[in-house]
Amino acid sequence: MRSARLPFATVAATAAALTVVTGCTEKSSAEGADNIIQVTATDSKCEVSKKEVPAGHIELAVENKGAKVTEVYLLFPDDRIVAERENIGPGTKQTVTAEVKAGDYRIACKPGMKGDGIRQDVTATGTGKVAKRDPRLDTAVAAYRKYAQAQADETIPLVKVFTDAVKAGDLEAAKKAYAPSRIGWERTEPVAESFGDIDPKVDVREDGLEEGQDPATDWTGWHRLEKALWQDKKLGDREKELADLLVKDLSDWQNRVGKAEITPTSMANGAKELLDEVATGKVTGEEERYSHTDLVDFKANVEGAQKSYELLKPVAQENDAALVTELDKQFAALNTLLDKYRTDKTSYDFTSYDKVGKADRKELSDAVNALAEPLSKLAAAVVSQ
Amino acid sequence: MTDTTTETETTDNADNTGNTAGGTTRAPSRRSLIGWGGAGLALGAAAAGGAVAVARTGDDERPAAAAAGAAVAFHGVHQAGIATPVQDRLHFAAFDVKTTDRAEFVQLLKDWTAAARRMTAGRAVGEGAYGGLPEAPPDDTGEALGLKPSRLTLTIGFGPSLFEKFGLADRRPEALVDLPKFAGDNLDRNRSGGDLCVQACADDPQVAVHAIRNLARIGFGKVVIRWSQLGFGKTSSTTPEAQTPRNLMGFKDGTRNIAGTETARLKKFVWVGEQDGPAWMTGGSYLVARRIRMNIETWDRTSLQEQEDIFGRDKGEGAPVGKAKERDEPFLKAMKPDAHVRLAHPDTNGGATILRRGYSFTDGDDGLGRLDAGLFFLAYQRDVRKGFIPVQRSLATDALNEYIQHVGSAIFAIPPGVRDADDWWGRALFSEEA
Repeated sequence: MRSARLPFATVAATAAALTVVTGCTEKSSAEGADNIIQVTATDSKCEVSKKEVPAGHIELAVENKGAKVTEVYLLFPDDRIVAERENIGPGTKQTVTAEVKAGDYRIACKPGMKGDGIRQDVTATGTGKVAKRDPRLDTAVAAYRKYAQAQADETIPLVKVFTDAVKAGDLEAAKKAYAPSRIGWERTEPVAESFGDIDPKVDVREDGLEEGQDPATDWTGWHRLEKALWQDKKLGDREKELADLLVKDLSDWQNRVGKAEITPTSMANGAKELLDEVATGKVTGEEERYSHTDLVDFKANVEGAQKSYELLKPVAQENDAALVTELDKQFAALNTLLDKYRTDKTSYDFTSYDKVGKADRKELSDAVNALAEPLSKLAAAVVSQ
Repeated sequence: MTDTTTETETTDNADNTGNTAGGTTRAPSRRSLIGWGGAGLALGAAAAGGAVAVARTGDDERPAAAAAGAAVAFHGVHQAGIATPVQDRLHFAAFDVKTTDRAEFVQLLKDWTAAARRMTAGRAVGEGAYGGLPEAPPDDTGEALGLKPSRLTLTIGFGPSLFEKFGLADRRPEALVDLPKFAGDNLDRNRSGGDLCVQACADDPQVAVHAIRNLARIGFGKVVIRWSQLGFGKTSSTTPEAQTPRNLMGFKDGTRNIAGTETARLKKFVWVGEQDGPAWMTGGSYLVARRIRMNIETWDRTSLQEQEDIFGRDKGEGAPVGKAKERDEPFLKAMKPDAHVRLAHPDTNGGATILRRGYSFTDGDDGLGRLDAGLFFLAYQRDVRKGFIPVQRSLATDALNEYIQHVGSAIFAIPPGVRDADDWWGRALFSEEA
C-alpha cells in the first residue's frame, strides 16, 4: 500500500539539481562546440571526445560503431540517470541532451543494452559546483539502485507465472504463485511508490479506492485478484484482463526504477517506511486479508529494509556505532522470530496469518517496534558527518 | 482525626513527601490547602484521617493558583506521586521487560530517570521536539510543548515477575506477594500483572499521556507496554477548599484517606521502614492496582435508599449512617452488615489502612450499549498483607459486589525516591553493594 509520505522522489517530481531534457533534439549543433561531447560506442569501448564541458546545456553526440544495439546514459555519481537514449542501432547516430549543473558525471555505453555499461567520467565545469558527497554513500546509492532494478527484473517473470495461471483459470496454481509474485515489489516498495501512479494500479486494497471510484471497474492489481481467488473463488474474463493489466503496469515500474531519485537519506527513510508498512498493514493482517499471506510481505519488507541498512552501515558505523550495534541486534531478533513461522528457512512458505494468534501477533509487533524505533535514527546517522 | 479541610492545621510536609525543590519548599499556608482525595472505591473508612493535603507552592505567594501549573519536585526520600496531593488525571502503564541484558536494562532505568527528571520539571525529553537535525525524528514527541508542568509526577514500580529476571530472585521483598484470588475476581490477564509500572499523574491529561508515551518510546527494544489505563477523577485541585471527589456511582470517595500531611500515619501505613527490609526498599511502598468495572447502568436503576444502604453513607453529604456530616465518626453497627464502608473500615480489618489514589475511567463502550466504565483503584501501603489483602477479603460479602467486578489486577514494589541528579530509579536494587 501507498503511504502518505514518499521518501523517494522521481526526477520529474522534484527540483532536481538539473533539468532533464531527454531525447530533445531541438537544434543540431556544430561538431566541436564546447558543449558537445562526441561519444563513440563500439561493442567493447565507449570513447569520449572530451572529459570536461561547461555546465549548462550539453549534448552527447552518439555514434554506434559496434555490431550490437546500444544504449547511452549520462549518470550522476550515484548512478541516477540524468539522461538516456535507448535502442541506438549499429551504424546510427543519436543525440542526448541535458541541462547540467557543475559537478561530476559519468557516461555509460551499454552494448547489447545489458549490464552496467562501459563508463567514462566527465566533469561539468563552472561555479556553484555541487558539493561532493562521501563516495561511500554514492557507492551505497548505486548498489541500492541496482538492487531495486534487480527486484523489478526478477519480479516480472514471477508475476507472469501468476497471471498465466489466472488466465488459464487455474485457481490453485494462481493461489500458489500469488505471494511469490509480490516479494520483489514489497522489498522495494518505497521506491515503487515514488512513481505515484503505479502503486494505486497494482497494490491498492478495496478500501484504498478513492471516492467516486467503482470497485467493479476501477479496482485493479494484485489485491483485486487476491479477492477473486480466495473470496469469490472464480476467475472470469475480467480477471483475465486484470492479469494482463498487472503485467503491463509492473513492466512500467521495471522501466522506471532507474529514474527514481535515491539518496542516502531516502534509503534510510525508505527502510523505516518498510517497517511502517509492516506495523500498519502486515502485523494487523490488513494487507492480505483474503490470502493471509501477510508474513511473506512482512519478510520481504524486512529484507528490503535490511538491504538499505547494510549498504549504509559503513558510514553509520562511523557516526553512531551504538546505533549500528542496536540495529544489528534488532534485525537479527526480528528475523529469528519470523523464522518461527516457516519450517524451511530458504523458502517463503510462511504460516497463514489467520493462524497466528493475538499473543503471537503482539510479539511480532513488539519486535517491529524494537527495530523501527532505532531505524528511525539511521537517516541522521548517515548525514551527520 | 476528624478534621475537615478548613480546620486542618498544616505542617511542613517536606518530610512527608520527601520531595524538596531546591530549597523552595516551606510550610504552606492555610490557603494553599487543596483537596486530598484518594479516589479509592469508597473504601473511605479504611483511612482515619482528615481528607486534606498540601499543595507544593515553591516561592509563589499565590499558592493555590500556582499549584495548578507548578512542578512537583522529582528528587526526594520517597517517590513523588504517592503522598503528593492527587492530581486530576492519570495515565498508568504496565510494561514487560524484553531485554535479557542486565546492563541494558539498567541503562534504560537511567535513561527513564533522566527523561522523568526533565518532564516533571516541564521540560522536553532529550534535545527537545524541534530544532534538531531535520533528517532525524525529534527526541521529544512535542505534544506537551507550551503546557505547564501541571504537577506531573512519575512513579515507578517493580512487579513480582521482574524478580524472575536478571538474577534478582533473592532480592524480591517478602511483602511483594502474589495477590491471592479474591471472591468475584474475573481477571483479564492482558490487563493484569507486569514487570514494571509507571504511574503518571498530572492536572493536564496531555502532560500525563506525553510522559507515558515518551517513556514507552525510549523503552522500545527493551520493554513493551503490557497494558495501560487512562483515568480522570477529581477536579478540586485549584480550589482552596477541599471537596471530596465522587466516584462514578455518585458517592463521595476517599473521605477518610490518609492525608499527605499526616507524617505519622504515612510512616506507619505507607512507607517501608528500615526494619521491614529489604534495605533497598526503605522509603518505598507497595502498590496494588485493580481495574474495577462498574455496572453503572444497573446501579443507576437502583433506588436511592438501596444505594445509600450499600455504601453506608448518604449520597448528598456523604455522612455515615445515622450521622449528620461527612466527616463524623462512622458508627459501623448502624450500617447494614454488608455495607461497603462497614466492611472496608479499619476497625473491621484489624486496623488495616491504605492510601488510595485511584481514578475513574470510561474506556468507550462494551459493545452492548453500555459504557465500559469504572474505577482504576490504586492503593499504596507499607505491606499489602496488612493492607489491601485483609480489606479485600473482608469485602467478599460487600453488597456493592452486585454492581462491580474486578477485571484487572497488579502489584508492584515501589522503590524509594531518586535522591539527586546522580541517582536513578532502582539504583539500590541493582547496585552490587545494596
